[in-house]
Amino acid sequence: MQQAQILSTPTRLRPGARWERFQRRYAPYIFISPFFILFAIFGLFPIVFSAYLSLHEWQPAAGLGSMKFVGLRNFTDNLTDPTFWQSLKNTGIIALESGIPQHVIAIPLAFAIHMGLKRVKGLMTALYFLPYITSVVAISVIFVTIFSWQYGVLNVLLTWLHHIPLIGGLFPAEKVNWLGNRAFVQPAVASVVVWRYVGWNVVLYLSGLQAINGDLYEAASVDGATTFQQFRSITLPLLRPIMFVAITLTLIGNLQLFEEPYIIAGDSGGIGNVALTTVMYMYRTYNFYSDAGLAAAMSWLLFILIGALTLINNRVFGKSRLSGAD
Amino acid sequence: MSRAAALLLLGLGALITVLPFYFMFVFATHSRAEIFNLPPPTWFGDNSGANYTNLLGKVPFWRNLWNSLYLAGLSTITTLFFCSLAGYAFAMYNFKYREALFSVVLATLLIPSALNIVPFALIMQAFGWIDQPRALWVPGMASAFGIFLMRQYIGSAIPKELVEAARIDGTSEFGIYRRIIVPLCGPALATLGLITFINSWNNFLGPLIIFRSVETFTAPLALRSIQGLVNTDWGALMFGVALTVVPLLVVFAFASRQLIEGLTSGALKG
Repeated sequence: MQQAQILSTPTRLRPGARWERFQRRYAPYIFISPFFILFAIFGLFPIVFSAYLSLHEWQPAAGLGSMKFVGLRNFTDNLTDPTFWQSLKNTGIIALESGIPQHVIAIPLAFAIHMGLKRVKGLMTALYFLPYITSVVAISVIFVTIFSWQYGVLNVLLTWLHHIPLIGGLFPAEKVNWLGNRAFVQPAVASVVVWRYVGWNVVLYLSGLQAINGDLYEAASVDGATTFQQFRSITLPLLRPIMFVAITLTLIGNLQLFEEPYIIAGDSGGIGNVALTTVMYMYRTYNFYSDAGLAAAMSWLLFILIGALTLINNRVFGKSRLSGAD
Repeated sequence: MSRAAALLLLGLGALITVLPFYFMFVFATHSRAEIFNLPPPTWFGDNSGANYTNLLGKVPFWRNLWNSLYLAGLSTITTLFFCSLAGYAFAMYNFKYREALFSVVLATLLIPSALNIVPFALIMQAFGWIDQPRALWVPGMASAFGIFLMRQYIGSAIPKELVEAARIDGTSEFGIYRRIIVPLCGPALATLGLITFINSWNNFLGPLIIFRSVETFTAPLALRSIQGLVNTDWGALMFGVALTVVPLLVVFAFASRQLIEGLTSGALKG
């Protein structure tokens, strides 16, 4: 205590003290400014610009002078465009088909890894996490060959399983044309998304499980609760905050799906456009039809949808606990 | 009993997870005809050399890999610097509007990136940054997620007294950052560096908008351009895929624990 006083006295008297106080006061603002400057230029300005753009008819190649104010016409054009609605429907279906299994698989997996398998925990988590760190393009290319109709590994495996007695009936007798049949394109794309993100969710849920007090489980087993009962009455309720975070992230990510369908089904959206997601359609509108205003309006419609669904998710899972703001 | 069942299920899941990677490497060693043979190859072949030659005949793949490396390297270095600096400010200083500004940082995480695609392309066009790598690394120099991660770590791992002591000794504010904060931030910097590198290496949509000539393509774009050809050479393509993924797998093999622990403890601690 006394020592601190002795030390601080000369500091006050030193000639550079004023400069020190000055830099101490403004240093934090300087240190955080790069983010805010970058965000202003590359984050905020584009959003404002995109809002402005959505009210105009504009072909970028014709120069800035050719911008024409059209009011809400871009929005009404999108909302009366059947392809836009189809892209929304496709996005929604693929998002559900990939979103729900992700969590339904990841939660019990994380529980199993956490509860019983301390020894293989690191290895298992790393293996499941592997797809997440790998290029979507690389992965999608592999899956295109795996899904191949006549010669794909998947169909060969299914045929082989079909010939096993007893359980064979569970598997198709004919080869499935995964990418050439309307009914199977969306599940095929969705399964790649599931494969890619299960590990990510396992990691999230593991961190949630680690936060649950172990005494609760001990008390429950003393009372004779089975593992399943413990899972249902302790784990699931206490996992809610993490579930909220994980589902929010899935929601935002899945509604903006682009790379997986783009590579697996092709930039046209596959047979019958069933894998044409909204972001793909937006990219096409901008890149091939050169209609920047229409594409910008489309991104705002998507934004509104994502916002609304996030809000509903917030309601369902109660008060958000996105930590960090203390 | 239930333990064995759990282990079996986990193992089966892990197998399904790893199998595509196995086929990626197997296919990389086979010709197109062999890949689409019945049954498909399940063991390594001897066509790697030809695949490699064919790959280089289609795209300047080493150049594409270098482009990816250049982009990922620059993004990583700049992100580490600016995010740790901002994280230090948010964790160690009391200043006006601190909480409000930090809320802004967090809020930017929730903006869907799709909203940005069209204006991003237009702005880069206006800047004349089309076909320029800086179009991708400059906007990514400081990420909200990175600031969040660094603030959490600095706030919980570095005692404020240490900073105070250095200040009394007359160290400048930036000097404190350089001599005290950075050396003590190893684990968090490693995690953030890995994430940034992986994300940049795997980015597809950004380069798709920016790069027009095959010389400037990143590796994923080059792969996509081969896949787009009418008569795709799947052997060459698979070889390129393997070349693109191997660096990531090597990095991950050494750093998976660090990465996963850093993600779970840093990102979601209450």
